[in-house]
Amino acid sequence: MSTPADALVDASRSIDDEEARYRDAQRRERRRRRLLPALGIVGLIALWWAVVEVFQVKPFIAPSPWAVLQTLYVKRDVLLSNLIPTAGEALGGFLLGNLVAIAVATLFVHNRRLQEIFFPVVVMFNSIPVVAKAPILVLLMGNGVEPKIAIAALVCFFPTLVNSVRGLEAVNPQAMELMRVLSASKREIFFKLRVFSALPYLFSALRIAASMSVIGAVVGEWIGATQGIGAMIIQATYNFDSALLYAAIVMSAALSGTAFMVVVALERAIIRWHPESV
Amino acid sequence: MSAVVAAPPLAAGAPPPANAGLAVSCRNLQVRFFTERRAITALQGLSLEVAVGEFLTLLGPSGCGKSTFLRVVADLIQPNSGEISVFGAVPEAARLRRDIGFVFQDPALLPWRNALQNVELPLQVAVSRARRGKATPRELLELVGLKGSELAYPHELSGGMRQRVSIARALASDPKILLMDEPFGALDEITRDRLNEELRRVWRELGITVLFVTHSIHEAAYLGQRVLMMAANPGRVRAIVPVTLPADRTLATRESAGFVALTSELRRLLETC
Repeated sequence: MSTPADALVDASRSIDDEEARYRDAQRRERRRRRLLPALGIVGLIALWWAVVEVFQVKPFIAPSPWAVLQTLYVKRDVLLSNLIPTAGEALGGFLLGNLVAIAVATLFVHNRRLQEIFFPVVVMFNSIPVVAKAPILVLLMGNGVEPKIAIAALVCFFPTLVNSVRGLEAVNPQAMELMRVLSASKREIFFKLRVFSALPYLFSALRIAASMSVIGAVVGEWIGATQGIGAMIIQATYNFDSALLYAAIVMSAALSGTAFMVVVALERAIIRWHPESV
Repeated sequence: MSAVVAAPPLAAGAPPPANAGLAVSCRNLQVRFFTERRAITALQGLSLEVAVGEFLTLLGPSGCGKSTFLRVVADLIQPNSGEISVFGAVPEAARLRRDIGFVFQDPALLPWRNALQNVELPLQVAVSRARRGKATPRELLELVGLKGSELAYPHELSGGMRQRVSIARALASDPKILLMDEPFGALDEITRDRLNEELRRVWRELGITVLFVTHSIHEAAYLGQRVLMMAANPGRVRAIVPVTLPADRTLATRESAGFVALTSELRRLLETC
């Protein structure tokens, strides 16, 4: 015989069951979301391996994944000693390019005429491909580390400049009026309003710049460099050492991936507010 | 045409002292804008006197120059011609003296600052001019009913709460006049009613002058001591209607015969704008 109290207990139990089922489903969903991308990568490698085995691809045309893995291990000293200069150039270029871009953006925002004169020039320079700019800079700056840093800086410069200008100008118009009612100086408007409004824009540019700076450094090393991942890529290609070539590519990808993640971590640490809810 | 009254400036209830002077006085104010296609006369020949401590609501259709007038008072827009003085000085001087507090339709809170830090902003900008009010930012948040939410960030607050923070911020540097540009226009009716009640309480507590722009007839009648009715194209004064409601107003006041008569008169005026 079931009493009303029993019915209540039953009802609460079934709610508990339902909640447990919901949590389970959520857990499964989270696991699935982590698993599926890994599945894609593993599948791609498996496909690559299968193609190399089935079609008997010659080692100087394309290596098997296993050969690449072996090379990564056997030649780890050479690879690392070449990675370090590339990483240094990329980092140097990243810092230089972004700092200059932020400075120019600040100037542009405060002086419209300057922006109107020089922005088209910047756009024009940006439309020259990196591989075409690289030899010019090598001729200008010699064969040292400078042209590589300069190229890495150049490829970072443009996205950061464009986004910084947009961000510094993306101030809520009523917040701007508020600052004027408060008789704020230009400096106060910049440091209390514009900088914060620009940060989300800046970080989305820095994420791009992080991987671009590695590309810039590698391309810089293609021309007359004797060390660095870029130089390795060229040498391995000329020697038909496909395993080494792929290993060098893996290294550069790992480098730009790491740079990207560092920027994302920084962004999460700095931007703790919700930019969209002004 | 029904009663169109040019003076007296004050309705029954809470009249400021007769010789308290004028908060805003303007004569023949003219503001023109130019767009690519045409010239717009936002304000034409506006003459008006607002007593110190008065609550004046500005009512009218879109484009009648209500917001423009507030911005002229706040020195955000310069008039093309005419005279205006705010507490006996030009608007720029009033702005520099921090006589003006502005509440916008968009709360325009800085999302990277919590509620308390947002209210503190006026004290951290142009510090040499900043005037610390009798009430601290914390007390102001309490005044607008946000005790306990000091550390909440704007995205954690509801629309009504954000607008409360924005009112507290406008009061932070102890202004003599509060300019409110449709502050509750984007809120739901329940929140809006409650904020209307609280705004009247804050006004009576502080004795501050308020110019309040609105699209809502009910809001204009409920809040103001006088309603300045404006007409569009060109923006001008249509009528000044004194509000003869008791100073102690509750939401129940809205059902009184006096209130109903007033709003229907305002509606009739609005229809002929």
